[in-house]
Amino acid sequence: MAEEVKKEVPQMFKVTIDNITVEVAPGTSILLAARKIGGDVTPPAMCFYSKLKGSGGKCRTCLVEVAAGSTADPRPMPKLVASCRTNVMDGMIVKSITSEKVLDARKGIVEFLLLNHPLDCPICDQAGECHLQDLSYEHGSEGTRYEFQRRLFEREDIGPYIQLHMTRCILCYRCTYVADQITNTRVHGILDRGEHAQISTYISKAIDNDFSGNMIDVCPVGALTDRTFRFKNRVWFLKPMDAHRDCDKCCGRVTLWNRGDEVFRVTARKDEWGEVEDAPDGKPGWICNTCRFDKKKTSDWIIEGPRKIKRHSVISAGHYVGTKKPHETIAEVMGGRHPKLLMDIHTVSEVNKNSVHLSAIEGPATAEVFNNGKGTVLPSPK
Amino acid sequence: MKLLLDKANVEGIRFYEAYRKNGGYSSVEKAFKMAPADIVEEVKKSGLRGRGGAGFPTGLKWSFLAKPEGIPRYLVCNADESEPGTFKDRYLMEFLPHLLIEGLIISSFALGSNRTYIYIRGEYAWIPDILEQAIYEANQNGWLGKNILGSGFDCQIYVQRGAGAYICGEETALIESLEGKRGNPRIKPPFPAIKGLWDCPTVVNNVETLAAIVPIINMGGIEYAKIGIGKSTGTKLISACGNINKPGVYEIDMTISVEEFIYSDEYCGGIPNGKRLKACIPGGSSVPILPANLLLKTAKGETRYMNYESLSDGGFATGSMMGSGGFIVLDEDQCVVRNTLTLARFYHHESCGQCSPCREGTGWMKRVLYNIEYGKGKLSDIDLLWDIQRKIEGNTICPLGDAAAWPVAAAIRHFRDEFEWHVLNPEESQVRNFGLAHYADAREVVA
Repeated sequence: MAEEVKKEVPQMFKVTIDNITVEVAPGTSILLAARKIGGDVTPPAMCFYSKLKGSGGKCRTCLVEVAAGSTADPRPMPKLVASCRTNVMDGMIVKSITSEKVLDARKGIVEFLLLNHPLDCPICDQAGECHLQDLSYEHGSEGTRYEFQRRLFEREDIGPYIQLHMTRCILCYRCTYVADQITNTRVHGILDRGEHAQISTYISKAIDNDFSGNMIDVCPVGALTDRTFRFKNRVWFLKPMDAHRDCDKCCGRVTLWNRGDEVFRVTARKDEWGEVEDAPDGKPGWICNTCRFDKKKTSDWIIEGPRKIKRHSVISAGHYVGTKKPHETIAEVMGGRHPKLLMDIHTVSEVNKNSVHLSAIEGPATAEVFNNGKGTVLPSPK
Repeated sequence: MKLLLDKANVEGIRFYEAYRKNGGYSSVEKAFKMAPADIVEEVKKSGLRGRGGAGFPTGLKWSFLAKPEGIPRYLVCNADESEPGTFKDRYLMEFLPHLLIEGLIISSFALGSNRTYIYIRGEYAWIPDILEQAIYEANQNGWLGKNILGSGFDCQIYVQRGAGAYICGEETALIESLEGKRGNPRIKPPFPAIKGLWDCPTVVNNVETLAAIVPIINMGGIEYAKIGIGKSTGTKLISACGNINKPGVYEIDMTISVEEFIYSDEYCGGIPNGKRLKACIPGGSSVPILPANLLLKTAKGETRYMNYESLSDGGFATGSMMGSGGFIVLDEDQCVVRNTLTLARFYHHESCGQCSPCREGTGWMKRVLYNIEYGKGKLSDIDLLWDIQRKIEGNTICPLGDAAAWPVAAAIRHFRDEFEWHVLNPEESQVRNFGLAHYADAREVVA
């Protein structure tokens, strides 16, 4: 009897990531265990998508060091491992941001990913919600050491709704997994090999499928963009609103991106890792093309309310939700006065001289200008 | 000592009659009287190590094969020999196809594989015909097909041609390609011994490894282990090329020294035109290059021998690897920068493009090396190259990233002054080579 009870309770594995211990079910990858902890400990992932089977292992940004394999076999792993495709063992000790080796490797990977990337963020529709942008801000260096021509491709319309910008692609293979696992046919894939590898359709076939729009959602960069939204607006000017409608093809739960009453685009609801949220039935909340491309009126939707975006995301710029006005102390020390300008009166001693003409000083006025007597040589106003 | 190539010069050995007359297929008769597990045990005892490059013990690999009930197991022969400088398998398949078939039958029996595949490199366009002919003859004479030798074991061998990709020599990429998919390496684990071809347990072995099963069964594992030295048992085929008098495939037992291999008339026959030895890539293009002084003697001053341990003595700092046995010799007139560029160009061309360090890094290294070779380099480029290779190595899905990084690393480690000379003398480097410099021929220093 006691044994039966034991079987029902699944044994949990204890894994320590950057000195934080977490308990996860067997078969969980290191990356998902780290996501359970959250924060800086979580390795970045460009190609892994937990809702797509078989994804991951390709971009190598999620490399971590395994300092001890398990309690049973505490040997460290000789190489850095891809945390998205390595399952945890009981007693595993993982180093992510506490390992110099990992940070160095990650920096290298970011450099490799940006090598052939055009860095055209100012004109890219993905800017503001781009994973590569976040990654390079967090782990990249300020410049590139690549001095050669980047690879160039023509823009290509793959189907009525999607445009492919191959120059921006980082070959994460996510869109091919979407086509394999969500749509009933795949007509696009990777052509050529090595540096010449590119996403394209089979002999200029158009992608025409009810769920093809999800490829745009999973693309971590601006390689696959929504043709109905291209150059219409910046994502941080739009207000994301949760909404739903009755749809016979999909779950119908979406995020509307509004400006005023106008719906600029419709996407699936994404969680903090940029992946689609689960629908109430527990399945990933992929949405159909009808919801995504055709229903662009607020009257088509039942709006639930504003969507919460992480505060430090650029999409939240200018939306100060839940912030507090700082407590003012100046009026208290100044005896109730509210000065508009504060200056250090000890270093600027001769400001009040009549001979100083502020508008005649070149450049910004500093204490030195006054103290060196430069201001005083100017003629006084007539 | 010759075990594999001893009858290679017999007339008509490519065909069944001559092969059978010279004792061919006797090992199959012997093996089918043994239990499959005993054959694996025999291979374990022989100490045979994988001849494809990594040198993993074959018997151990075989014992890892999962054996679940009701699921077929597969044996795949890796004949996708694409490493620059390695051509031993081609020789073996072209002149002794029945030796490979014989080894495959025994191995299939030992592993319980009823369908065995030979995945052959696309560029070897004429060899599939030879193998098909040999398989046909073996079928006709009852060595393949149903109920072989009345043992109740069925086996058929199929030849599958690749489309010409170096990466398909990597075992998981080979399996993907064999399944008809794009030849991208899989992410390990799971290893092929658990989930390989069509998600079934699979063993992938090199041509030479499978051919070596025949002498092991004929003479017994313990006898085989007596040949060679230490953990380098048996004989190894070395395909020697480059600046030597007698390029070709040689079978060696792994007790001879590198010096003897290069200079003796039995093997390479020395360097032509009285030139001196500059450097050597001892195991196929992906292993680190060694300058002459470190090639003939190890860093400790001991003689270097042609075996797994001795060639890798000193790690990557002062050693190299046995690899797949592609022995490339460079004389004093060869330019190491140009040689490294050629290799970098190859790995750039052959990268599958799946994971980012290899996809982007190989092309970058090639372009920087091109600039250095053609007099447009900067001194900082040498450090840049070192940094790029460091960030590729060990961070990729499959060993191709390492294979691309190691030659560049070794060239910079041992020949940095030649790189610097190229950068500092851009015009002179276009008309003459750097020469030997202080990598004097170790033989002359000794004498």
